[in-house]
Amino acid sequence: MNGMFGQFRGTLFAALLALIFTIAAPSILEFFTIITLTQVIGLSILALSLALIWGYGGILCFGQTAFFGLGAYSYAIAAVNIGGSTGAMFIAVAVAAAFAAVLGYFAFYGKISDVYLAVITLTVSLIMYSLIRRTSGPEYKIGDALLGGFNGTGAPPLNVPGNAGAVLFPEHTFYVAMVALILLYVFCGWLVNTHFGRVCVSIRENEIRAELLGYDTRAYKLGIFTVGAAVAAIGGIFFCIGVTRVTPDVFSLGQASLTIIWVIVGGRGTLAGPVLAAFGLYYLTASLGTQQVVNTSLVLGIILIAFVLLAPRGVVPGIEKLATARRAGRRNRAKERRMRLRKPRGGISEDRHETG
Amino acid sequence: MRRGEVVLETRSLSMHFGGVRAVDRVDFQLWENELRCLIGPNGAGKSTFFKCLTGQLVPTIGDVVIRDIHVAGREPHEVAGLGVGIKTQVPNVFDGLTTRENIWLSCRRWHGARRTDALTSETIERLQLGEFRSRQVGSLSHGQRQWVELGMVVAAQPWLVLLDEPAAGMTHEETDRTAELIREINEDAAMIVVEHDMNFIRRISKKVTLFHEGRILMEGTMDAISKDRRARDVYLGHRA
Repeated sequence: MNGMFGQFRGTLFAALLALIFTIAAPSILEFFTIITLTQVIGLSILALSLALIWGYGGILCFGQTAFFGLGAYSYAIAAVNIGGSTGAMFIAVAVAAAFAAVLGYFAFYGKISDVYLAVITLTVSLIMYSLIRRTSGPEYKIGDALLGGFNGTGAPPLNVPGNAGAVLFPEHTFYVAMVALILLYVFCGWLVNTHFGRVCVSIRENEIRAELLGYDTRAYKLGIFTVGAAVAAIGGIFFCIGVTRVTPDVFSLGQASLTIIWVIVGGRGTLAGPVLAAFGLYYLTASLGTQQVVNTSLVLGIILIAFVLLAPRGVVPGIEKLATARRAGRRNRAKERRMRLRKPRGGISEDRHETG
Repeated sequence: MRRGEVVLETRSLSMHFGGVRAVDRVDFQLWENELRCLIGPNGAGKSTFFKCLTGQLVPTIGDVVIRDIHVAGREPHEVAGLGVGIKTQVPNVFDGLTTRENIWLSCRRWHGARRTDALTSETIERLQLGEFRSRQVGSLSHGQRQWVELGMVVAAQPWLVLLDEPAAGMTHEETDRTAELIREINEDAAMIVVEHDMNFIRRISKKVTLFHEGRILMEGTMDAISKDRRARDVYLGHRA
């Protein structure tokens, strides 16, 4: 369909801009910023995963952090045990996706309604939070990896595939994370324009109608939910590599709500919006953290309320709407001008009313 | 009436809501290529009966058989997957998507990408929806949205079509076109149409089933039913 290809071209264009940023970043940004950016990229991939399943699949998963954290912990534990990062990444994604598939199976095939799904996923994330916090002590370990309870566990850095000794420099880790973000963004942009993706969008719009067209909506929801979990897990991997540790906070209520806020602020129904919101709000939080005048959480709260009240559709859809309105306005003005030229002199004033 | 085989049958179909028997032991048959209208006053059980056919409700007792397949208790997508086109009472469309995409999604369930594109364009032309092709369906009028939904039904090329109040809320002109379209659809498909509008039914139907208090009160042509005293009593709500 024409419209869809148009959208996908936009995705590719945004990906190209991100690629240019990636190449330029190390020469324009400070070294420390580059290191921090790897964490933020992890968070923005988490935002992307929720943008996919909530914005397009219509599934409000309040506990997307469950898969994010599961990915991070699985990576750290697997990497310590294997002694290399490449296999560990695959294991982490598989663990999170398998967990989501089981959880989603019971939720969607059990026909749990939207609100309950949000509550259940959040609860799952909080259960993991409590559970992992209680694992301090040498007896809690998986293979060689200590879980570390409250303090978390160390996340090994990335290494060149097949050579565990060749650890990547922070700039290179940044490149890998950024390329992963770009590829995942393009992948999600492609996915939502496939037949599968369009059916998911149609389920968001009207689940009964999709069912009456003969689509097994449970299977589609489970599918996109699982893909979303896998994406979130990749986010978790890069986040913990960026921080060099993974702590129970990845499962926390604060992180879970922040993920929702990114999507609301960035705009539901876009992929780039929540990703940019994750970057923007991280930057804002970080710069607010350096001063003592106002409380950071307070500012975040005000921003959320302002968005819900003033721009409920989020930043990116708001800009898109403005742009189309301006374009339409320009078109109308041009049309009017043509009309005016064509009109015979005598009847201008009356005729203008009719055509306008 | 052409009498091929029975394509849809219910066997003592009952739907109870607590103590209320919305549908009560209904035996119903629809023949190949038939166009049947279901009528009856409000609360007669037509819509509940309809929802049992489409899998939206699981009947308390009894069975629904579509071409020798037992469908009572199956999911709506399984019923639709048999090649049954369904339109519900309220316009059930994808409001946030364009007209074209609504129809495309219906077609794509059955056909490959290329065939779908062709069929989608064909359907849009046939239903004269070209003007709204790229408009979001949510921004269309009630009647236009009904038409988009009819388009979705037609585009899937079903062999059995179930329509719940297809002409509800339409203007006079739209109702005319809908009657025309229903006759066209009926050339290739058996149909059940639930309707309130007597004039509309008179124009499309050959045989009518009258529901009353969850049961089939009578079946026959519209003329026969409108002359019948029991039928008139049911509609006027008194026993003269």
